[in-house]
Amino acid sequence: MAKKLFPGLVVITAAMFAYAPFMIVAAPYESTMGLVQKIFYFHASCGMAMFLAAFVSGIGSAGFLFTKKPAADRLAVAGAELTVVIGLLVLVTGPLWARKSWGAWWVWDPRITLTLVMWMIFVAYLLLRRYGGPGSERLAAAVALLGMVNVPFVYWSVNVWASHHPKTTVVPTLQAGMRGTFWFCVAAFMLLSVVILMLRNELEKRRQELDALYLAAED
Amino acid sequence: MDFTRLEFVEVTRTFGRRRALNRVSLAAAAGTITALLGHNGAGKSTLLSIAATLLQPSSGTVRYGDHAGSGGAALRARIGMLGHDLYLYPELSAAENLRFFARLYSLPDVESAVARGVERAGQTGRADEPVAGFSRGMRQRLALERALIHEPRLLLLDEPFTGLDEAAREALRDRLRAARAAGTIVILTTHDLAAIESLADRSVTLVDGRLAA
Amino acid sequence: MTGFVRAVWVITRKDLLVEARTREIFLTTAFFAVACVMVFAFSFVREGQAISEAAAGILWIAIAFSGTLALGRAFERERHGETLRALLIAPIDRPALYLGKLVGILILMAAVEVIVVPLVALMFQAALFDHPLLLLALLATGTVGFAAVGTLFAAMLVRARSRDVMLPVLLYPITVPVIIAGVRGTAALLEADGLPMARAWLAMLVFFDVVFVTVALWTFEPVMTE
Repeated sequence: MAKKLFPGLVVITAAMFAYAPFMIVAAPYESTMGLVQKIFYFHASCGMAMFLAAFVSGIGSAGFLFTKKPAADRLAVAGAELTVVIGLLVLVTGPLWARKSWGAWWVWDPRITLTLVMWMIFVAYLLLRRYGGPGSERLAAAVALLGMVNVPFVYWSVNVWASHHPKTTVVPTLQAGMRGTFWFCVAAFMLLSVVILMLRNELEKRRQELDALYLAAED
Repeated sequence: MDFTRLEFVEVTRTFGRRRALNRVSLAAAAGTITALLGHNGAGKSTLLSIAATLLQPSSGTVRYGDHAGSGGAALRARIGMLGHDLYLYPELSAAENLRFFARLYSLPDVESAVARGVERAGQTGRADEPVAGFSRGMRQRLALERALIHEPRLLLLDEPFTGLDEAAREALRDRLRAARAAGTIVILTTHDLAAIESLADRSVTLVDGRLAA
Repeated sequence: MTGFVRAVWVITRKDLLVEARTREIFLTTAFFAVACVMVFAFSFVREGQAISEAAAGILWIAIAFSGTLALGRAFERERHGETLRALLIAPIDRPALYLGKLVGILILMAAVEVIVVPLVALMFQAALFDHPLLLLALLATGTVGFAAVGTLFAAMLVRARSRDVMLPVLLYPITVPVIIAGVRGTAALLEADGLPMARAWLAMLVFFDVVFVTVALWTFEPVMTE
């Protein structure tokens, strides 16, 4: 069933991304930040997509650890790779915005720091899978699981830690005209995430099948 | 729990693209010594690890008597293993090593088990020296007593004759015969036919993960 | 239940005995922690005066770095002679094995902290001991949090490749909340009216410890089974 939906999803996602710039241009200017604020539509959407991907990876990892099903591991690695890639987008768009709005490339803001920490956890996941030798899928799964459980702790501690710094509003309260555009972009990125997850899952499935074929060929 | 028979039923174990064991079936009964022969990489160590519950088979079952599968702590209490690396703590003395394992296996009378083990290993005079100072042969003897301290039903030995002189080999053979007489299922791997000539009740050969006919 | 506790104790006792024999991990870790403090002190001393605000940060960095080393060395011992396999074959519950190693590491790190904490207080003129109980609680919960995750990772990496560099790579991002709480909590202790804040950080650490020790106990068996 998922395979049948896939082409449709790709088309819808492509269409949404084609339309999004027009919506963003048409959206009202934010009072203090002006044009620069419009990066927020993609930046915040990427942020949400990243946490979705991290969650997917965490769930897949837990499933893999306790049921050993290869399908769970596929989900784990697909989610982790997506987390790293989309996380990179967040970490690049963030400073671009910060530089123009507040004059500094990096601000120790709670949300962006949380993003950085989560991003590093999943980069560590990928490093372990790549360099840890055989059997490292299982070990990496433990890392992703602990990473997912860690989210509230990192969020709380970074929030309190950064509260001594001058307050900078990351997400301004949404004006009426912005809400539609915002949720449209969020939906576009969520769909994109689903499409990429499905693709990566399929790729991993082929790789697993290849291993099985190698084994069968030995007989 | 106890059992009098170890059985491998169509056991396969793969590591990624490599098949270490390919549908291996064999059985060993209590009071027998089975020698597992084969070249390096044939799958002998993998088979032992699976028998010791350290590895799960990719497919097939391992039966301990009537019980199948992993078994848990109760099953592990009936298994003893002597790996190539001996599993001894070099900083501790012979007595301390045995004491640790005796406690780990919840033996009712730790001290007498330790004394027995030290005696059988012929190390009564050196029981309190750190094991790091022992020769390989001496460590081997101690490690064997460590593996037998809880009187396991199943004894697994990985290349036990490596690096031993003839006297040590004979001592090892005697100890294994004693274990066999006590009803232990002994499985050992080796690629040295001469060593097990007068010892093994039967031998099976692994070639590339398969049992040779 | 008592069998479980007994198994934990047997393992911890063995670790302490081995360490008492050579004192290798304790001495090298303690020295490394002191060296850490010194190196960081040089970075933060201006005009011959150490910046007292740096004390909390340097203390916890020293704990984290030396803790990582100690964890690596402790499990390297089990790798040598493959004694970890012997422990896995033994008829004890896997979680008991985890706890046994964890308690051993905690005792070791406590011994190192006994040296490092007064040293930091001295070198940075930081009034760490004004609220000794709160300080002790922060150190204890922080070390438990760090070691709980560290023991799980160090154990699972024993048979992995690149294990030396992998341990810090995995450990530091995951223990970020512990480091933040430890540093900010200790810094709050040093402030005039920082006690409520210090207690808040302590509460978070307790929560972290409970959650992560539980998750580690839960995942230890599947992670160590091949």
